[in-house]
Amino acid sequence: MSWVSKTLNSTLGKKLLMALTGLFLILFLVVHLAGNLQLLISDNGESFNIYAHSMANNPLIKVVSYGNFAFILLHVIYSIILTRQNKKSRPVGYAISRPQNNSSWSSRNMGILGTILLIFILVHLRGFWYEFKFGELPTAVYEGITYKNVFVIVSEAYSNVFYVAFYVICMGFLGFHLSHGFASAFQTLGLNHTKYSPLIQKVGFGFSIIVPALFALIPLVMYIQTL
Amino acid sequence: MNLTLKIWRQKNHSDKGGFKEYKVTDISKDMSFLEMLDVLNEQLTEKGEDPVHFDHDCREGICGMCSLYINGNPHGPLQTTTCQLHMRSFNDGETITIEPWRAKSFPVVKDLVTDRSAFDRIIQAGGYVSVNTGGVPDANEIPITKTIADMAMDAAQCIGCGACVAACKNASAMLFTSAKVSQLALLPQGQVERKTRAEKMVAQMDAEGFGACTNTGACEAECPKGISISNIARMNREYFSAVVSSQNV
Repeated sequence: MSWVSKTLNSTLGKKLLMALTGLFLILFLVVHLAGNLQLLISDNGESFNIYAHSMANNPLIKVVSYGNFAFILLHVIYSIILTRQNKKSRPVGYAISRPQNNSSWSSRNMGILGTILLIFILVHLRGFWYEFKFGELPTAVYEGITYKNVFVIVSEAYSNVFYVAFYVICMGFLGFHLSHGFASAFQTLGLNHTKYSPLIQKVGFGFSIIVPALFALIPLVMYIQTL
Repeated sequence: MNLTLKIWRQKNHSDKGGFKEYKVTDISKDMSFLEMLDVLNEQLTEKGEDPVHFDHDCREGICGMCSLYINGNPHGPLQTTTCQLHMRSFNDGETITIEPWRAKSFPVVKDLVTDRSAFDRIIQAGGYVSVNTGGVPDANEIPITKTIADMAMDAAQCIGCGACVAACKNASAMLFTSAKVSQLALLPQGQVERKTRAEKMVAQMDAEGFGACTNTGACEAECPKGISISNIARMNREYFSAVVSSQNV
């Protein structure tokens, strides 16, 4: 299997892993958003709590979530490997460089954007995922069944203006990361075609605005409701 | 036009190098950028100083020999070769900063001259086709559609100047390599070595120490021949399909 490791160690192979894990994470964002939007249903968190419970107890979702963590890690590890390799390719830099003439800011700063998003993910996991899994949660009873009341944790968090601001700003960074990452992943996979590439770029642009905006809307609305 | 030039001077590969300022006066706006440097070098020679070394050959924009990172962009402010860049693109009294291509794989030989033979070695690794020896074949013996022929010609326009590497934040040679892979992969004549070509040229590109592709598109924007990054996608397809289906374990 030396050809497999040889391929994955080539620059193209490393980029392939970045693209595939990136596309998986894009898919994950959609599912995650669909679930989170239930926070906005005004039923005191009933549908969200039931949804969170069913996700946590679904064996398929469990497997996918481990995959998700693994893919985030892979995406991060390979980005570090690639960034180090890329830096080595230009040991002496330019005194004057005007890259704004030839490329977008997001495309040149995916590493910085990604680092911010990683910090966000860690804060996010500590605040919600860890609390849900290991924290002392209040419970809620719907139709005789007891559920962990994770909605309370979320709404408490989103009553803090700094927490809300942090979330909204980070979603802005997510938008910039996606604005390059979405279409770039297809290009890396070799999917560039006169007929489909303009569509991929448009969908990517729309995705990078709509998805982060909807994510940011949830803490904003929940904060306004507490006022 | 009177100009101040900030030029990178470096005696040889192991020298640290640094910028030196020069003044040139009475420069015609119709001069090419290289002619302007010729004027400077004439002055330096008359003063008994070492002239500024820079690469150039055809001065018609077709050989790929000239380079120079001018005021922060390869081949200067226009999407053309430095020899086809004219002084009318600059303002009187302007300070122009001139640097060599910066990449580990393009070591500086002297001043603004870099060694771009890494590109030659990528070509040697697989940028060729097998042909029958013997009598001259008839013209149009092999049918090729106009669309495909045009696409191959577009890719073949690459003159190997290295502006793509110079522009790329990762000093990646993906646009050059992909243009060379594409021009042959598209044509019937290129089918014999198709898979090995993709594998070997990518391997050589990596061995030379070029960076990976971030798809910023800087290469395409700066390429004097307008080589499209759709070639990069094609090379990725060629490479991935080659590694999974070729006989090379």
